[in-house]
Amino acid sequence: MNEKKYMNPYLAGFFLGLILLATIYITGRGLGASGAVKSVYTTIVESVFPGYTSNAKFYQEYGKEHPGNPLKNWLVFEVIGVIIGAFISGLISNRLKFKLDFSPKSTAKVRIAGALIGGLLFGFGAQLGRGCTSGAALSGMAVLSAGGLITMAAIFGGAYLFAYFFRKMWI
Amino acid sequence: MGPLVPEVIGNELNFIVALFIGIAFGFILEQAGFSSSKKLVGLFYGYDFTVLRVFFTAGVTAMIGVIALNHWGLLDMSLVYVNPTFLWSAIVGGLIMGLGFVIGGFCPGTSVCAAAIGKIDGMIFVGGSFLGVLIFAEGYPLFENLYLSDAWGNVRVFDSLGMSQSLFAFLLTVVAVGAFWVTTFIEKKVNGEINPEFKPVKLYYTLSAIAVVIAISAFALPDRKENLLNKISDEKFINSNNIKLMTPDELAFRILDEDKSIQIFDLRSKKDFDSLSLPQSNNYTFESLFEKTANKLLSLKNKKNVFIADDEQTAKKGAVLAIMLGFSDIYILQGGMEQFKKDIIYFKMPGIANSQSEKDTYRFRTKASNIFPKLIQESKEKNKSSGDKKPKRVVGGC
Repeated sequence: MNEKKYMNPYLAGFFLGLILLATIYITGRGLGASGAVKSVYTTIVESVFPGYTSNAKFYQEYGKEHPGNPLKNWLVFEVIGVIIGAFISGLISNRLKFKLDFSPKSTAKVRIAGALIGGLLFGFGAQLGRGCTSGAALSGMAVLSAGGLITMAAIFGGAYLFAYFFRKMWI
Repeated sequence: MGPLVPEVIGNELNFIVALFIGIAFGFILEQAGFSSSKKLVGLFYGYDFTVLRVFFTAGVTAMIGVIALNHWGLLDMSLVYVNPTFLWSAIVGGLIMGLGFVIGGFCPGTSVCAAAIGKIDGMIFVGGSFLGVLIFAEGYPLFENLYLSDAWGNVRVFDSLGMSQSLFAFLLTVVAVGAFWVTTFIEKKVNGEINPEFKPVKLYYTLSAIAVVIAISAFALPDRKENLLNKISDEKFINSNNIKLMTPDELAFRILDEDKSIQIFDLRSKKDFDSLSLPQSNNYTFESLFEKTANKLLSLKNKKNVFIADDEQTAKKGAVLAIMLGFSDIYILQGGMEQFKKDIIYFKMPGIANSQSEKDTYRFRTKASNIFPKLIQESKEKNKSSGDKKPKRVVGGC
């Protein structure tokens, strides 16, 4: 069976906006993604090196903001939901397949390295910038947070700025 | 009144809500095509502007929705998480994320979606983001200065630009619609044809037109809060309202009687309230009557809501405001707090009573003036120990 077409972007955007609005109305906070990585990461460090997290400053401040088990975190539950939701969507649209996506002009090796380095940079940047495209840019736009909009401008501005140097990976 | 957490929806149930919101979020992201890195980076090379369309439509929809809910008093913005602004970390962090975007082809949310449907590059990206967090966590002392510099607090962008919320929202919507329009031409030029996946041109125009209409209406609607505050500053309008009065004697009697149906809304300054406040009273301003704490108390059934201020007129303004906000059982203290102090707290026998009822009144007031200083002292200590009772903003963000 063929993959189904993607949803009209404006319609998808409208639904996404309504989901974000409902999130703000119900919980008083926006959507996010990178925060869940931080929670899972902190849990891993805590279980592999017990006691370590109470010494280093980063974990201390994290613990202050999020008392209790780091996995018992709103974003962790939300991201588990994202995995389920995306899986359901892939299932009904015939897009479930183990596959490495890369441009025909590029190679699998380049793509793997790119994904790893890109993930690393995004993970790092999201910590420094207090949120990623979901938590800072999109949710920040909904509540018109100055910081969120600055981060949004920097993410997309930065991407356009650097896009030229990595064009061979994509086009 | 929103947000529904933590009163209507408990903190535990909130995790289940998070799961369902996540499912909807992930479903839509995948349906929009965000599980494909090729589609995502198309934005930066001009061949596919899906991300811009989805992202801007979602942002504008949510933004207008938030403004509308707040406008109609359904959402207390003082309780909603507004991402704090740290200027330099936002810029540098954003630029690093932008670099990560063009190299990795995903952002964290979309990489999770991609991984969920089996994209190996998505899984690697997620793994990479763990390494990124590791570097930040281990190197935190190095980045701390940058991370914490230029803290502006939870500022909202229209305030820092010095314009009204509606104007900013309107301009942002216009920019979004303009970007939708311009990018179709860029896409056409780069691809040599209209993106074949969809060309419902009529739908574009209809949706754009609707967005513009909504934006204009959000811009044109007078702000409800401002409107009501303007109304109550009109003395003539205030005087045309009839509010039930409560005499100092009745209020004192009810307080001494520990009448639980009484709720006192004290509109005096914080300083005056801190130095002398009645038992069962809370301090409010006209502004804070719009917030969730006041709303919760005022909407309780079978309560008598007594507004007090230094003078009767100020109390009346608060009372009229509460009525316009849709609440009932509103009273004001006759003669204001000054009268209450004179008649009750610092009562001095004016002379010999002329009638039996006057005699009874004097006897009550003498008794009350002995008890009240103690009650006031107790309430002062209670206020001090309970501290700031305002519900806290939700902690959100990534």
